[in-house]
Amino acid sequence: MRLELHDEAEQESFGARLAKRCRPPLTVYLEGNLGTGKTTLARGFIRALGFQGAVKSPTYTLLEPYELEGAACYHFDLYRLADPEELEYLGIQDLMDEKAILLVEWPDRGKGVLPPADLRIRLEYQETGRVLKLSSNSEKGEQLIKDLQRV
Amino acid sequence: MRVLGIETSCDETGVAVYDSKGGLLAHALHSQIEIHAEYGGVVPELASRDHVRKALPLIREVFHQAQISSESIDGVAYTAGPGLVGALLVGSAIGRSLAWAWQVPAVGVHHMEGHLLAPMLEADPPGFPFIAMLVSGGHTQLVKVDGIGRYQLLGESLDDAAGEAFDKTAKLLELPYPGGPELAKLAQDGDPKRYRFPRPMTDRPGLDFSFSGLKTFALNTQQAAKREEGDPLPRQTLADIARAFEDAVVDTLMIKCRRAVRQTGVKTLVMAGGVSANRRLRECIGEMMVKEDGRAYYPRPEFCTDNGAMIAYAGWQRLRAGQSEPLRFSANPRWKMESLEAV
Repeated sequence: MRLELHDEAEQESFGARLAKRCRPPLTVYLEGNLGTGKTTLARGFIRALGFQGAVKSPTYTLLEPYELEGAACYHFDLYRLADPEELEYLGIQDLMDEKAILLVEWPDRGKGVLPPADLRIRLEYQETGRVLKLSSNSEKGEQLIKDLQRV
Repeated sequence: MRVLGIETSCDETGVAVYDSKGGLLAHALHSQIEIHAEYGGVVPELASRDHVRKALPLIREVFHQAQISSESIDGVAYTAGPGLVGALLVGSAIGRSLAWAWQVPAVGVHHMEGHLLAPMLEADPPGFPFIAMLVSGGHTQLVKVDGIGRYQLLGESLDDAAGEAFDKTAKLLELPYPGGPELAKLAQDGDPKRYRFPRPMTDRPGLDFSFSGLKTFALNTQQAAKREEGDPLPRQTLADIARAFEDAVVDTLMIKCRRAVRQTGVKTLVMAGGVSANRRLRECIGEMMVKEDGRAYYPRPEFCTDNGAMIAYAGWQRLRAGQSEPLRFSANPRWKMESLEAV
């Protein structure tokens, strides 16, 4: 599935649309270069799950936890990870045992330790706005894409 | 009273000993020192955030530097939050256990309280109240400090921290990551008039920041320039973009600081965090504070970034006020600064 998003507001609202169809446990990879709007999309997603505060970039903290009604959501940014093994220090095992939604930016840095994605979202620059490509790696992900295409 | 401080909230393992009479006796970061073979055998290349293997050798190293033994320690302070839960639990477990073994009190310290009190470690500390602006890779916050434990968050970044915006923009301009300081260097050769970047959130009231949009603005400026001038861009164009970006961040920080000073009537400003080393920012804030008839303070660089000394100092303030933890420990990754008790 391919979509064009013209500005920040559209990126946030796509995140929100996706969130409304997501049920935990679920792992979503957010791929794309710096400045393609991965965190912006995540912001729309987390807000739609009912979080009221500021959704800050997790680049420095690596992980921002959100305890929300109905589901816990963990927003990762693995950009600063030197080795996938470091995920152990973040307590990833405990988070995987929980029924939670994992949103993961820069997932390639956690290869081997990170759970496989149900849904992969790839963001790319375009002269105006961004192109978003969705692919699924599980039945659950497949179903999500079908749901999104219906709208 | 002599306090051992342990900081493990994120990347750095920092340890220090603070003495109420002698001041800071020793402090060390894992990344700064070579741990001698006698303190732990062959030291392998450790992953960042592997606090478990770093903390104890570092504590021994600090005792060695200060020429003291564990018997002279009267209390232990450790960062209990906010930060990465796994990292926090290591420092808390070690700190609480050592205090139990040594039969001395222990206290969990708020990481940001450590940063706010770091200027008190200097020979010429600011008096209360003061405004603190913390600008680093992980934080951009304006806090009013009325005394120990009396903090009011005036404003903070809603998305990227200022240092993060520097590092990411540097990366977009194809400088090595983290490239904040390199971007600042490149900006020195830039023409300040060629591009103008927005000053986010300065045109509306309030003291919050948003730097994520500047990164995107830099990206768009760079893409447009590439269409005109080709790829890779001439160095001068990169320098011009870097200059416009730096001016926008510095100006925005200055405008918000000035607003905080005017709003609160507090004429003392403390600037801390890695970004406070930026030359243009210091000049700009310094000039502004002179115009406002106030004074700006900058703790020395090693106390601006994460360190054990600030935790030992903040812990001492809490321990001497009679606060301590029961015989258990916990970490609080989302500890709110406003929930701290005043001393």
